[in-house]
Amino acid sequence: MASVTTILSARRGRGKPDWTDWFSYGYLLLGLVLMFGPVLWLVLSSFKSAAALNEFPPQLLPYGQKSIAVPGQEKPLPLYRVTMPDGATRELAEVRRIGIQATLVDPKAPDQEYKVNIRDRKPVREFRLATENYSEIFDKFSFGTYLWNSVFITIVATLITLLFNAMAAFALSKYRFGGRDAVFLVIISTLMIPPTIILVPNFLVVSELGLLNSLWGVIWPAVATPTGVFLLRQYMLTIPDELIDAARMDYASEWRIFWRIILPLSAPALAVLAIFSVMWRWNDFLWPLIVLSRTEKFTLQLALNAFQGELTTQWHYLLAMTVITLLPVTLVFAFLQKYITTGIASAGVK
Amino acid sequence: MAALQLKRVAKRYGATTVIHEIDLDVKDGEFVVFVGPSGCGKSTLLRMIAGLESVSDGDIVIDGARVNEVSAAQRGLAMVFQSYALYPHMTVYQNLAFGLENLRTPRTKIGEKVREAAQMLRLDALLERRPTQLSGGQRQRVAIGRAIVRDPTIFLFDEPLSNLDAELRVQMRAEITALHARLGTTMIYVTHDQVEAMTMADRIVVLRAGRVEQIGTPLELYNRPDNRFVAGFIGSPQMNFLSGRIAAIHDAGVRLALDAAPESSADATLRLRGPGATVEQPVLLGIRPEHVTLGAPAAGALHVTATIDRVEQLGAASFLYCSLSSGERLTVHASGQVGYTSGERVTANLPVTDTHVFAVTEAEAALALR
Amino acid sequence: MNAVDAPMRAVQRVLGVPRIGWMFVAPNLAILGLFTFLPIVVNFYFAFTGGVQLYPSERPFTGLENLETLFECESYLDPSTCRKDLFWRAIYNTGKFALLQVGLMVAFALITALVLNRKILGRGFFRGVFFYPVLLSPVVVALIWKWVLQREGVLNAVLAGAGASPVGWLSDASWAFFWCVFVSIWAHMGFYTLILLAGLQAIPADLYEAAAMDSASPWRRFSRITLPLLMPNLIVVLVLGLIRAVQIFDEVFVLTGGGPGSATTFIVQFIYQTGFAESIHQYGLAAAASLVLALSLLVLTLLQLRMTRKNLAGGKANGDG
Repeated sequence: MASVTTILSARRGRGKPDWTDWFSYGYLLLGLVLMFGPVLWLVLSSFKSAAALNEFPPQLLPYGQKSIAVPGQEKPLPLYRVTMPDGATRELAEVRRIGIQATLVDPKAPDQEYKVNIRDRKPVREFRLATENYSEIFDKFSFGTYLWNSVFITIVATLITLLFNAMAAFALSKYRFGGRDAVFLVIISTLMIPPTIILVPNFLVVSELGLLNSLWGVIWPAVATPTGVFLLRQYMLTIPDELIDAARMDYASEWRIFWRIILPLSAPALAVLAIFSVMWRWNDFLWPLIVLSRTEKFTLQLALNAFQGELTTQWHYLLAMTVITLLPVTLVFAFLQKYITTGIASAGVK
Repeated sequence: MAALQLKRVAKRYGATTVIHEIDLDVKDGEFVVFVGPSGCGKSTLLRMIAGLESVSDGDIVIDGARVNEVSAAQRGLAMVFQSYALYPHMTVYQNLAFGLENLRTPRTKIGEKVREAAQMLRLDALLERRPTQLSGGQRQRVAIGRAIVRDPTIFLFDEPLSNLDAELRVQMRAEITALHARLGTTMIYVTHDQVEAMTMADRIVVLRAGRVEQIGTPLELYNRPDNRFVAGFIGSPQMNFLSGRIAAIHDAGVRLALDAAPESSADATLRLRGPGATVEQPVLLGIRPEHVTLGAPAAGALHVTATIDRVEQLGAASFLYCSLSSGERLTVHASGQVGYTSGERVTANLPVTDTHVFAVTEAEAALALR
Repeated sequence: MNAVDAPMRAVQRVLGVPRIGWMFVAPNLAILGLFTFLPIVVNFYFAFTGGVQLYPSERPFTGLENLETLFECESYLDPSTCRKDLFWRAIYNTGKFALLQVGLMVAFALITALVLNRKILGRGFFRGVFFYPVLLSPVVVALIWKWVLQREGVLNAVLAGAGASPVGWLSDASWAFFWCVFVSIWAHMGFYTLILLAGLQAIPADLYEAAAMDSASPWRRFSRITLPLLMPNLIVVLVLGLIRAVQIFDEVFVLTGGGPGSATTFIVQFIYQTGFAESIHQYGLAAAASLVLALSLLVLTLLQLRMTRKNLAGGKANGDG
């Protein structure tokens, strides 16, 4: 017990909490609410029915109207809390509604019908997840296609990125050839050339290669990341040269050395680059926006953007799509958060 | 200039006690050394005095005022850190001036004091350099200068010489001692090196596992260690400890005998005190290597046959590492050069006047009073 | 991979081992050449030609006409007097945005890093908390906040609950701009916080103890020790942030579409619209505007290089030992 209180009171070591401690905890709590709150709100909202989303002020949790099976009726009927003429309230199931008059029955005694003004009845709510928001987007909006496009681009681009960058990093770290340092400088200098300033000519190049409106038009320009080459080269520099020499003595070809020795030994760095690449490609927006103009080629990001114009009244679908789009990255984050944050922190010190 | 008192000072981290109720009185102007093996709590104690660690129990009193609740920034002390902790982005001048700036000292006064300290420590040529451009010894002096400039009431040193090479260490030891003579400020110095303790201290506080083993002047600790730990800690090479027993007790003193040489016994004019001072009581006999003589059996000494394992000749002195028939080891420090060789059997004389007697209880307290 | 091995061995025999490095680096260089270096050169060509054709040989050479069109203004301080008033509005918006967003974001990142640097329970968890939005795609970020800022959204609901009247957050020019800044800070602060946190943790703890012994107040410890030693990281963060802020597009395009009117139209959106989104694709103008953007980025990058060099030369070194 003493150790718990010691941990809880671990502060500046003075013994008494001072204002900086209160401020710190308050700030962190506020940060937690601000960072996670809107995302949680998005997820909660995505499980609400379209009707529930139209309410103002919105309820916190998703609610749906309770329905009840009534003998003699095919489908379950919506349940309402009705104010009876005598002032009492009863829970009745609605059979039909015409104009402002609703016909309701008591589920236990369905023979008697009550005609009630719609103003006198309130829906009985229960906690209900509107999962149909998620299932319907695949049928109604070819969401599956967009999902596939994003997945295809992400996975293929990541694989190619890993291969090309690893090859380049291998060459730059383990070989001495004339012009090597110049090549390295050239690659690093492209860090200073963001895609935004070469949009038009890049469009020309992609167009001439016949890659417009093709997923490959998004993949190919993205695979030569200078950050990736830098990262992998740093890591490969720590692989002992003797391993390569020993392999050469064993008659291994250079390609074999690369494929069977260097790549496996670089697994940790490759994993980091893979995570980055997945993130970058999944989140790409501007370039796909320019290259892909046919809707069946849209990635998730483009679809979301396009639909928010059409679907401003159909938020329940848009929210569900958004949640699906942020799921992969969130999962990666949940499992690897510790490594990502420490990795970036140490890289930043350089 | 201040007197320091520690009254039943203790430090706990959760359930672990690292400092057990220490009492200490440091007089104004004294040079006190805290010495002990790693983990004994000497640095922790120093940091508590500085105000960098909180006090779990007891009082720290400086010049009659209790300072437990006073922050480090306000105690008016100065500390020289083991790693020097010089501000890397400031010049030597700025490093020295920083403390005074914090006290809102006027610019001209700062200049005066900084140059005074710089001169004292021969740093005048280095004032515009940055710490990364200085050697280890120079950084050491800047760290000291930073402390001097503030005219602290007490100087605190946390193992300041441990990062220096041997030659520089000897030189800096002399400089710090000279500094103390010149400034006369109370200084508390932490080290694990007993040579530093012996050469620099007015009084030494020997610590082990958070407790005080003995407080005394260097020679007091050398000549009359209170227990086996202090006896073994002070003096290099370490004191020899051999098992023996009290053969007899009479009015004038006791008769001591060595287990390794049961037929040899000698009378010592010692009065025994403490538990375990009975006849046939097993005891630990301690004798420093420099007091052991080799050669024909002498009077007033215990004799034992020893086989020489190894001889180290340093020119001005020789060290002989021997073993006894009981398996115990004996180290002999002889003056000058010797003709003995490895494998020789010699007779070692252990004069009883230089022999210490320790109980074989857990505390291993010294039993005898001269 | 044995299928690849045989041809590779052949190449190896021809080139020899040292020069086979070229083969390994070739794919990467090819991609960079095709999609980065070639476009840079061609961009100039586009900027100096007119017409609506994409293919360069079909474009008439017009010299500086595109740039002149962009820069034709009666008064540079009033965008409405310019021939391409959208371009100038975008320039001003971008400038305002960059300064505001980076200033606020770095300030908050610093505070967050200082808070996270203390011994607090759950430090690792909170580091992740602030970093999570960095991972989300800009489109998702924009939609998350668009949903919150709806007229019937949760923010207005909270206001209504507190008795205030709901606001059209994204339909008011000033508020839309504010939210662009806010959302952008929300989405990127975590990354810079981590960089600053690493810088803070690299400052040896005993420097603070020495400062305490030097009677330094907490403020002086911050201003004379923390800030100077953190300065390199702060510079990196400021310049990186500026470089990104000047190129802002994705999240604000989805959040506001550039509106209301052109209140939140920034320079990259101008390039996109001019070159790709309008009925007539004005490639030349878009390329010329790209040149202006590229120039400002070049200035920022050179500034960073110069400031890093100056800081290093000042003899700063962490960990004195």
